[in-house]
Amino acid sequence: MGKQYETVIGLEVHVELATKTKIFCGCSTAFGGTPNTHTCPVCTGMPGSLPVLNKQVLEYAVSVGLATNCDITRYCKFDRKNYFYPDNPQNYQISQLYLPICRNGYIEIETADGTKKVGIHEIHMEEDAGKLIHDEWEDCTLVDYNRSGVPLIEIVSEPDMRSAEEVIAYLEKLRMLIQYLGASDCKLQEGSMRADVNLSVREAGAAQLGTRTEMKNLNSFKAIMRAIEGERERQIDLLESGEAVVQETRRWDDTKGCSYAMRSKEDAQDYRYFPDPDLVPIHISEEWLAERRDALPEFRTEKIVRYKEEYEIPDYDIDIITGSKRLADLFEETVAICKEPKKVSNWLMGETMRLLKEQGKEPEDIVFSPAHLAKLIAMTESKEINGTVAKEVFEAMFESDVDPAQYVEEKGLKTVNDTGALQKTLEEIIAANPQSVADYRGGKEKALGFLVGQTMKAMKGKADPGLINKMLREMLS
Amino acid sequence: MKLTDMTAVELSAAIKEKKTTVMEAVEAVFEKIAEKEESLNCYVTLDQEGALRRAREVQKRIEAGELTGPLAGVPVAVKDNMCTKGMLTTCSSKILENFVPTYTAEAVIKLEEAGAVIIGKTNMDEFAMGSTTETSAYGATKNPWNEAHVPGGSSGGSAAAVAAGECFMALGSDTGGSIRQPASFCGVVGMKPTYGTVSRYGLIAYGSSLDQIGPLCKDVTDCAAILETIASHDEKDSTSVKRDDTDFMSALVEDVKGMRIGIPRDYFTEGLSAEVRESVLAAAQLLRQAGAVVEEFDLSLVDYAIPAYYTIASAEASSNLERFDGVKYGYRAQDCEGLHPMYKKTRSEGFGVEVKRRIMLGSFVLSSGYYDAYYLKALRVKALIKKAFDDAFAKYDIILGPAAPTTAPELGKSLQDPIKMYLGDIYTISVNLAGLPGICLPCGIDGKGLPIGVQMIGNCFEEKKLLRAAYTYERARGTFVRRGEV
Amino acid sequence: MANVISDETIEYVGILAKLELSEDEKEQAKKDMGSMLDYIDKLGELDTSSVEPMSHVFPVENVFREDVVTNGDMRDELLSNAPGEKDGMFVVPRTFD
Repeated sequence: MGKQYETVIGLEVHVELATKTKIFCGCSTAFGGTPNTHTCPVCTGMPGSLPVLNKQVLEYAVSVGLATNCDITRYCKFDRKNYFYPDNPQNYQISQLYLPICRNGYIEIETADGTKKVGIHEIHMEEDAGKLIHDEWEDCTLVDYNRSGVPLIEIVSEPDMRSAEEVIAYLEKLRMLIQYLGASDCKLQEGSMRADVNLSVREAGAAQLGTRTEMKNLNSFKAIMRAIEGERERQIDLLESGEAVVQETRRWDDTKGCSYAMRSKEDAQDYRYFPDPDLVPIHISEEWLAERRDALPEFRTEKIVRYKEEYEIPDYDIDIITGSKRLADLFEETVAICKEPKKVSNWLMGETMRLLKEQGKEPEDIVFSPAHLAKLIAMTESKEINGTVAKEVFEAMFESDVDPAQYVEEKGLKTVNDTGALQKTLEEIIAANPQSVADYRGGKEKALGFLVGQTMKAMKGKADPGLINKMLREMLS
Repeated sequence: MKLTDMTAVELSAAIKEKKTTVMEAVEAVFEKIAEKEESLNCYVTLDQEGALRRAREVQKRIEAGELTGPLAGVPVAVKDNMCTKGMLTTCSSKILENFVPTYTAEAVIKLEEAGAVIIGKTNMDEFAMGSTTETSAYGATKNPWNEAHVPGGSSGGSAAAVAAGECFMALGSDTGGSIRQPASFCGVVGMKPTYGTVSRYGLIAYGSSLDQIGPLCKDVTDCAAILETIASHDEKDSTSVKRDDTDFMSALVEDVKGMRIGIPRDYFTEGLSAEVRESVLAAAQLLRQAGAVVEEFDLSLVDYAIPAYYTIASAEASSNLERFDGVKYGYRAQDCEGLHPMYKKTRSEGFGVEVKRRIMLGSFVLSSGYYDAYYLKALRVKALIKKAFDDAFAKYDIILGPAAPTTAPELGKSLQDPIKMYLGDIYTISVNLAGLPGICLPCGIDGKGLPIGVQMIGNCFEEKKLLRAAYTYERARGTFVRRGEV
Repeated sequence: MANVISDETIEYVGILAKLELSEDEKEQAKKDMGSMLDYIDKLGELDTSSVEPMSHVFPVENVFREDVVTNGDMRDELLSNAPGEKDGMFVVPRTFD
């Protein structure tokens, strides 16, 4: 029988903060944009330029620290991490090594085995790097500094996780907390949340940790799970064949399903950290910290309690809706307008979820506004449109937040409430389907459904099926 | 009086009194330049056309009563490590041989707003690393008093230009004495303000925690006027200090009665030339006669300032100069196979010997395993040196001593032995470590006909005391013949 | 000379600092660095065990800017100094393997 191995995992999670401007200059952080149009002397490392800290970055970092039960460092500083690479215009990254803003925290995760605490070693503030684009034509690399200087926090966990499931639970919890704080949208695909996995294996029961590797380039939860499995197997294979695991940084190739060591003789891994003399220390007062604490939003646990009291919707719905800050905000804002919690919940739990899943999107990608959803609900309630039309309108809203009233108007989807016109159509349908009429009169209830369907078809869907039903019964009785 | 013999403040007054014009002042300066620049090499870049254009504009605004300050209309030279939009800025290095900044340094903007006219960029030791202006990639600057001698450094071009009348005033930068020492060697007034008084935004950094911009000029009045103009709280510089006492011209008062002046015994030891010693002590004697209380004391730790300084400055420089890599601006070596060879070739060809020496040292003292022993140790010693000054300023208003152990050495004699050269900074360097203001002004001429400077050091934010003492001394000393007038 | 700088050390510092030295320059650098370190070792004479390292000489703290966009598009200006430019980006030798 083979040996049993335990996997030990710690994560370094980078999160792009949702500030309007970069960490040390007044350039926009807007995503996309023509290369180098969101740049200035500071974030392109022009000689003589100097950094000044964006206050919002500190506020977000402290909020995340408070939400993850960290000690807030009352006297903290920025350090320079020196290494040459063209995505880093100064050839040093402003980061925090010696006095990071938050330390010694934890979050609780739910797994199949129950609740578990995962320790947070530290959270520090730093600047993001620019983007390198390979130019195949001229075999060179092009540099775009639009992302250079975008604020990041790096959340370093303790090596407390033992499986891919725990890692995913940790990331999902972290993401939810940060989204609740509004500190970031945490989109893995767009890189606003990035996780590096530190992993080692050891024989079950061993006291000492094994040698760990660091895995980079993980762009989705699936990639993270595959990389963990792959690296665990690779390390076990090495140990089984009597070889040693080398402490190194590896790059995961998710299409090939394997990883490569990122090594270079020019990469000395000696970052010569020292306090950045261009920035001054941050001294956090008791008052300011208390303000930050007071400003923390209602988190999920509190929200669940309140929803149960305020809204008559199923616990299952509450669980799903509060699981995403975006959904919860949408729900509350829409209910505030239309006062129909159950109906709002239905739209979110039903059509919204279906479309998100179909299109592989996250709640953060939702574009329709609470006002438009509320209007759609009102239009359905007043029977201005029927359920089928409502779904069609909703799909259009989901794509581009169209105004439902305008959409219905333009497409001519309004329910025909002219009973005269309906009466005429019904007479035609009855005349054209004598067999069904006879069947219905003979007691076959199903035949009525067929007649309703035929009428809806003739009305091009713009009728109220309830009304048709009622009128048919009267006419055939 | 010849136009170029005027001080900056005198010139501006004469322009306002319509005795002359800004254009005439600029033309007079360029005449001097035509006459002397070929042998002195004070400038890396000159912009006569731009200066004349600007002169006409400033003249109009003076006549319209829009520009009324003491420096309106005065031609100024700027050290070539301060960014000037649209004007070449090289730090006297090959690596920035073609760099044209997209913005102007805050201190220079302040001068422009006051109506000063920039005429060019002055030569310096490459990236301000040196004490002779011989490490410039664009040739050494000569001392106007004797062209066989150096002007000092690193702001040697600025000091020499003022001394030779090739400008009325100049900006320099001082990381370890780079304003005060060349002022001493060239017989002009130079001042390093308290750290944080003048914005560093746009000053190409050498040692960020030590760098400070300051004036090089003809007398103490000009010095106060320039400092008052360039001092500002700049939100673009996190280390900029908000002060409400920057009306420095109000400190030009001839009164040192009761002022306590300390002379550190440790500054008057074997390395100091006898002539400098006599001259500096004579200056102290003049102040005593004017009513100051002058006494000797032990400052202590003087010998530790230089090793602490070179550790800290080199470490910061090694990081500050990483951005010069051939990617975004400046020189890029040709024919490189791959990224890292491009970095190495660019930097090896683009930087001079002294810059490479300090980058190597700085990289080493920050490297894994040495950070605590060297870098942190130096920061601890810096704290001790600061404490020694705090103790001294508990007893004295001003500390007085030499600015350099000798007068200007001959060209070509200093660079062979770096440590010997570094020892020449012994009286100026600790002022930067402690963030203090220091002023240097001429106090005599040695047997070779070279000027001698006296340095006065004040406590942080006490420039006014310093200016009052310097002004009083200057009046007591009488006219000092500047080179440009000879 | 108390500090003897090895070839490996000079090589290593060259990698950190991205400087390539000729053989002559290396020999000179070893000598210069050794004597500078000897000189710096003088600091060891001072007992600093109870002294905090001092980065800034006086306590300026908490300097922030507000989170407001103040910069517009400066791309063309910033690229004007670039040794290599293509499609509005800086060009460097290839970094990908």
